Amino acid sequence: MKNIIEVRELRTLFDNRVIHDGLNLTIKEGEIYGLLGPSGCGKTTLLREMVMLEHYASGEIKVLGKSLNNISTDNAQELRKAWGVLFQAGALFSSLNLYENVALPLEEYTTLSKKMIDEIVRFKIHLVGLKPNDAFLYPSQISGGMKKKAALARALAMDPKLLFLDEPTSGLDPVSAREFDKLILNLRSFLDLTIVMVSHDLRSIYDTLDRVAIIDNKKIAYEGSLENIHLQKSEFIQTFFGQSYE
Amino acid sequence: MKKSSLNIITKDGVTFLEFSNKVTLYEIANYEKRLETTSITSKKVQISLDNVIYLDTAGALFLQTIKRELSLKDIEVSFEVQKEEFQKMLQLVKQEEVLFSQTKKDSFLVQTGELFYNYYIGFISFLSFIGKLFATKLHYLKSWKNVRYKEIAFEINENGVKAFYIVALTSFLIGLVVAYQSAYQLKMYGANIFVVDMLSISMFRELAPLMTAIVIAGRSGSAFTAQIGAMKITEELDAMKTMGFDPYVFLVMPRIIALMIVLPILIFFADMMGILGGIFVANLDLKITPQLFIERLNEVVAAKHFLVGLLKGPFFAFLIASIGIYRGLMVKDDTQSIGLNTTKSVVEAIFAVIICDAIFSIMFTNLGI
Repeated sequence: MKNIIEVRELRTLFDNRVIHDGLNLTIKEGEIYGLLGPSGCGKTTLLREMVMLEHYASGEIKVLGKSLNNISTDNAQELRKAWGVLFQAGALFSSLNLYENVALPLEEYTTLSKKMIDEIVRFKIHLVGLKPNDAFLYPSQISGGMKKKAALARALAMDPKLLFLDEPTSGLDPVSAREFDKLILNLRSFLDLTIVMVSHDLRSIYDTLDRVAIIDNKKIAYEGSLENIHLQKSEFIQTFFGQSYE
Repeated sequence: MKKSSLNIITKDGVTFLEFSNKVTLYEIANYEKRLETTSITSKKVQISLDNVIYLDTAGALFLQTIKRELSLKDIEVSFEVQKEEFQKMLQLVKQEEVLFSQTKKDSFLVQTGELFYNYYIGFISFLSFIGKLFATKLHYLKSWKNVRYKEIAFEINENGVKAFYIVALTSFLIGLVVAYQSAYQLKMYGANIFVVDMLSISMFRELAPLMTAIVIAGRSGSAFTAQIGAMKITEELDAMKTMGFDPYVFLVMPRIIALMIVLPILIFFADMMGILGGIFVANLDLKITPQLFIERLNEVVAAKHFLVGLLKGPFFAFLIASIGIYRGLMVKDDTQSIGLNTTKSVVEAIFAVIICDAIFSIMFTNLGI
């Protein structure tokens, strides 16, 4: 399988604080990959570095075969069209309703007819499990769970091959969270997605992830499947997975 | 109900502090006062909690503090505690006694240095914002198709059309007041008709552009900062970036262009309203008919005065919009900083407008315009 994302010897600094130091990981095509670790270890930062929102001090990140070091504007733009990102609170554009939010990338990047865009938007909204009538509500009028679904629909608007999720189930009630997990699994099988997510939700981690990277102490403490994870010696893994995994 | 109290008894060179009933958050202030007013002379102190029913963590901390303070004065302190739970409580707070490392206060020089360094960094980051703005502008204007007409039209409506009434009213009143004040002076010399020269030149050249810019700085500058700051907090800006929508193209440029288009138009209306106010006063107070006023205006006031005022518009607009947006982008991830940056944006925008006006004033005078 192809490598979708490669991170090599990554070093990140916030002022003088070292966040990552010599971090390496590889994400392969078609997997659901989780970034886990204690809070403050830089999971979200790593995700933000992968989507070019944050700069790193040294090392290299390769996404879809393109290195992010000194990437040209055009290449960066190519990448941005090829992935979808779901932010923790959705980050829907508050001046647009859900329909317009999903339609925006299609209107900006394609020359599709209004009718075709309408079809696509309706399909995407249905795909994430929202009702057709919800489409004309504004982000301020809907619940947190609906915001996440709508944001997922927007992230999927351009049919990306790569999807980044920042704590997709945080702030959701257990029922909605399980629904969301199911949705993610379904999407992966329908759309051949590669999914990278940051998560704290143990159920969600066991239900959805194929492989995980555990970031602890500025490095990757463990990378691989969840099966043998409780045998690892890291303190975080012991407390996080120790008791719950029988 | 039994009253909580503290008995202080000195016997055989030992001071007994006998607490009774409760030692909690609500009682310790009284005990503290009690202890402050009594001086302990003996070398040994025994704290007894035998009559205490309830002790909370604050009470336990209070007891430990007494012990520590007295030990500093070379007084030996011992506890007489029967109940196991109280002993545990005293033990707990002792363990939790964390010494916060005290941050040393920086010297005056360090503080001043830091302050100026921060100003310097702020200035540099504003320059980098302006640099990025022009770089985007060049890229953006490569083709007319890139111009976001819809957003520009929306911003023109928001910041121009809707601001019309307030700008018109302000300048009408300014015209009224200036004419009224000068009328009184001019009447003394019988130079009534000069009110036209005075009002129109000051209005066209300085007052209308400046007042309009100040109103717009308060209205649109603060709006830009708050809008963009809120978008930053809700991660909308990040979402835009990851989708490949450059915020400079989608949010920054349309606002700047819209304001640059609309401010000269507002200044034009401000001119008209100011003169209208002047005509009003001249007619009532100085017996100058509107026809005479307009004729005189036509005779003495050259078009250049009017054009100079309009020319200032785009420059003021650029300053107001870019400062407002820059402040919006500087908002950190907390709600406090929206308020702070909004205040700063209005103050800085008005200041920048006045500086810019002063520069124009010197420039035009030297050029003889």
